[in-house]
Amino acid sequence: MAESENIVAETAEKIFADLADAQTINRDEKGEWKAPLWQALSDAGLPLAWVGEDCGGSGASLAEGFSVLSAAGRFAVAVPLAETMLAGWLLAQAKIASPGDEMTVVPASPKDRITVNADGSLSGRARGVPFAKVAKHLAVLASDAKGDCSIALVDTGKCRIESGLSLGGDPSDIVTLDKVQPIAIKPAPAGFDQTRLMLMGGVTRSLQIAGALESMLEISVRYSNERVAFEKKISKFQAVQHNLARLAGESAAALAAATSAADAIANANSFDDEVFLEAVAAKIRCSEAAEKGGGIAHQVHGAIGFTIEHILHRYSLRALAWRDDFGSESYWAVELGKLVCKRGADELWPLVASR
Amino acid sequence: MTAALRFDPIRLPSECEQLRKEVRAFLAEEIAAGTFDPHQPNREDTDVPEFSRKVGARGWLGMTWPKKYGGHERSFLERYVVTEEMRVANAPTRRFFVADRQSGPVLLKYAPEHIKMEILPRICRGEICFAIGMSEPNSGSDLFAAKTRATKTDGGYLINGTKIWTSSAHIADYMIAIFRTSPPTKENRRHGLTQFLVKMKQPGIQVNPIGQITGQYEFNEVVFTDHFIPDDHVLGEIDGAWKQATSELAYERSGPERFLETYYVLTELVRAVGNKPDTRSAEGIGRLVAQVHTMRRMSVSVAGMLQAGKEPVVEASIVKDIGTIWEQQLPHRVRELAAFVEETATNRETLEKQLDFAIKTAPKLTIQGGTTEVLRGIIARGLGLR
Ligand SMILES: Cc1cc2nc3c(=O)[nH]c(=O)nc-3n(C[C@H](O)[C@H](O)[C@H](O)COP(=O)(O)OP(=O)(O)OC[C@H]3O[C@@H](n4cnc5c(N)ncnc54)[C@H](O)[C@@H]3O)c2cc1C
Repeated sequence: MAESENIVAETAEKIFADLADAQTINRDEKGEWKAPLWQALSDAGLPLAWVGEDCGGSGASLAEGFSVLSAAGRFAVAVPLAETMLAGWLLAQAKIASPGDEMTVVPASPKDRITVNADGSLSGRARGVPFAKVAKHLAVLASDAKGDCSIALVDTGKCRIESGLSLGGDPSDIVTLDKVQPIAIKPAPAGFDQTRLMLMGGVTRSLQIAGALESMLEISVRYSNERVAFEKKISKFQAVQHNLARLAGESAAALAAATSAADAIANANSFDDEVFLEAVAAKIRCSEAAEKGGGIAHQVHGAIGFTIEHILHRYSLRALAWRDDFGSESYWAVELGKLVCKRGADELWPLVASR
Repeated sequence: MTAALRFDPIRLPSECEQLRKEVRAFLAEEIAAGTFDPHQPNREDTDVPEFSRKVGARGWLGMTWPKKYGGHERSFLERYVVTEEMRVANAPTRRFFVADRQSGPVLLKYAPEHIKMEILPRICRGEICFAIGMSEPNSGSDLFAAKTRATKTDGGYLINGTKIWTSSAHIADYMIAIFRTSPPTKENRRHGLTQFLVKMKQPGIQVNPIGQITGQYEFNEVVFTDHFIPDDHVLGEIDGAWKQATSELAYERSGPERFLETYYVLTELVRAVGNKPDTRSAEGIGRLVAQVHTMRRMSVSVAGMLQAGKEPVVEASIVKDIGTIWEQQLPHRVRELAAFVEETATNRETLEKQLDFAIKTAPKLTIQGGTTEVLRGIIARGLGLR
């Protein structure tokens, strides 16, 4: 990673370490930790990292932003940082300036559609929208009758929000737009469509999942070196060592897939089949790793990891929840399988070996 | 972070892409000429000496080694590309692969100069085949239980004992083996093993074939009876081979051959399914492609670390552990999906034959080169658990 990426990521890492310590968060049932954390992140310009200075952001590179997301995953932060970054990025595609508050993106599922009506208003329903309830603004991707895409900034107050919760306990809401007039609306750049938004969202979630797995590995290794059973540390039992080795494997696979996809997107000139493979493979493999790796982390922790007091669930449940946003692994696997079959058997290896 | 695993997204540099084209064109020519059939992994005649020589003539053996030994001073990443293209095409690499991957590097490090000058250029020309003599009847995972003795005599050593599971011993010109030169000590049970260069097809070496459940004859029992090895064929430190042998294994552990051995069934499944897959087939194929892509990204990342002069022991073990489990499960997953292939698929029979062979091959994948359990022990040590 380049030096500058490290500086942005280190800033994020330091803020999380100071203000988003998992123990502190777990004890603070009222959620009072959120305001100072968000303030510090905003002061550091992180929520609008991907927005150019001309549009009110801090103009970090895609790669720098991705490294912030990895750090956010390692701390399993439950504030709409990733969502605001994505929303800012989406708005910036159409040169719409971002307001400096919490945002999220709509739609958050590849199956949901928002339409632009003839009068320029927006209609549609989007499910599983992360943090819609706390967001002040929405970045919306919508399409008109001809299928042309537009990007819009919408006041969340103008929409109907039905509250829901993700597996990890974070807001995951249904957003209904009924002829809502956006604050700003502009055509999306040529070639920009909903798939592209979903892929960017999917890579975001992949990095977060990989980060959460790194933390699960770390706390599981640490715990196994502390917990004594049958008069020895459980880390000395071969069966436990092998479980942890498998967790390391899943964590490594997630990390490799997610960072490779982020690197591919950060350096892409166009969204071709190769970038598609990188992005969806990351979402698929990281989701699989969340299931396998999270299961092992809980096994190693025994009953204590199943308690609300323990921090493990902050990582394990969020990693599982993030599988569902921007297309689940089974959704993308079908899409990837279709693409592979369409290209034909002899084009499979050239695709896999393309970089 | 305790673990601090790193898998940086290494990209293959542009010279690799040019090379990949050359390798593909070469393999296409060889396939057209009938040298081998890429759809037939189950061949009796995987030993094709002319093919080895042609690969050598292209400069694709000893690619990373110094020019003075016949090498080409190219990068690990370039070697990586050649290996994966050969593997995916099911090319007959048995005769040269072990020498190129690990025996050559061992000689480079530990052989006396005149032996390097004599042997390495011949490996690079694809003329000679190597075997690895580590395992014995009572010493597999526990390498340090090896008993085959090397007894000091005038000008060299006399070897007595038996090696087993020795791949390619029946066609090999040389073997790099470990023998016991003194008993283990109380303080160090790894002490007392020495690595030797063995010239095969000499008096005192008998090679007995051992059949495999796939129907192939790939590995052997090798019996040594007062076989003489000259002093200058000792490799490295006397009694200290354990360090050498374990670092040698690192070469064996993260390459593309560690997740692509049964890959051909996936290609054939895609062919059989056709361009409009049903949802279940599409999902199954999509997942497998996502997994192989991820494996490859991890493996390329380790190749990048080797290129940078690092010793990624834990990362390489992780790649072998999850890679071999993946290639072991692959034929079974493909078999499940093959149940939905139309009767009319033109390659149906090929797919079925391949599955039959791949399913028979699968059990060995997590054993050769260090078992799953042994690898997880290495990973656990890297995690600070032992
Ligand atoms: C196709 C093939 C080719 C091979 N080619 C070669 C070759 O060219 N040269 C060569 O030297 N060898 C070769 N081998 C041998 C291979 O390296 C050994 O089979 C391997 O090291 C395992 O040893 P083993 O078979 O004696 O099994 P064992 O060591 O007896 O192991 C049996 C089982 O017990 C487990 N086990 C053993 N010890 C432990 C432990 N401490 N903790 C947990 N589990 C343990 C193992 O993981 C395994 O599951 C080849 C093997 C195969 C299958």
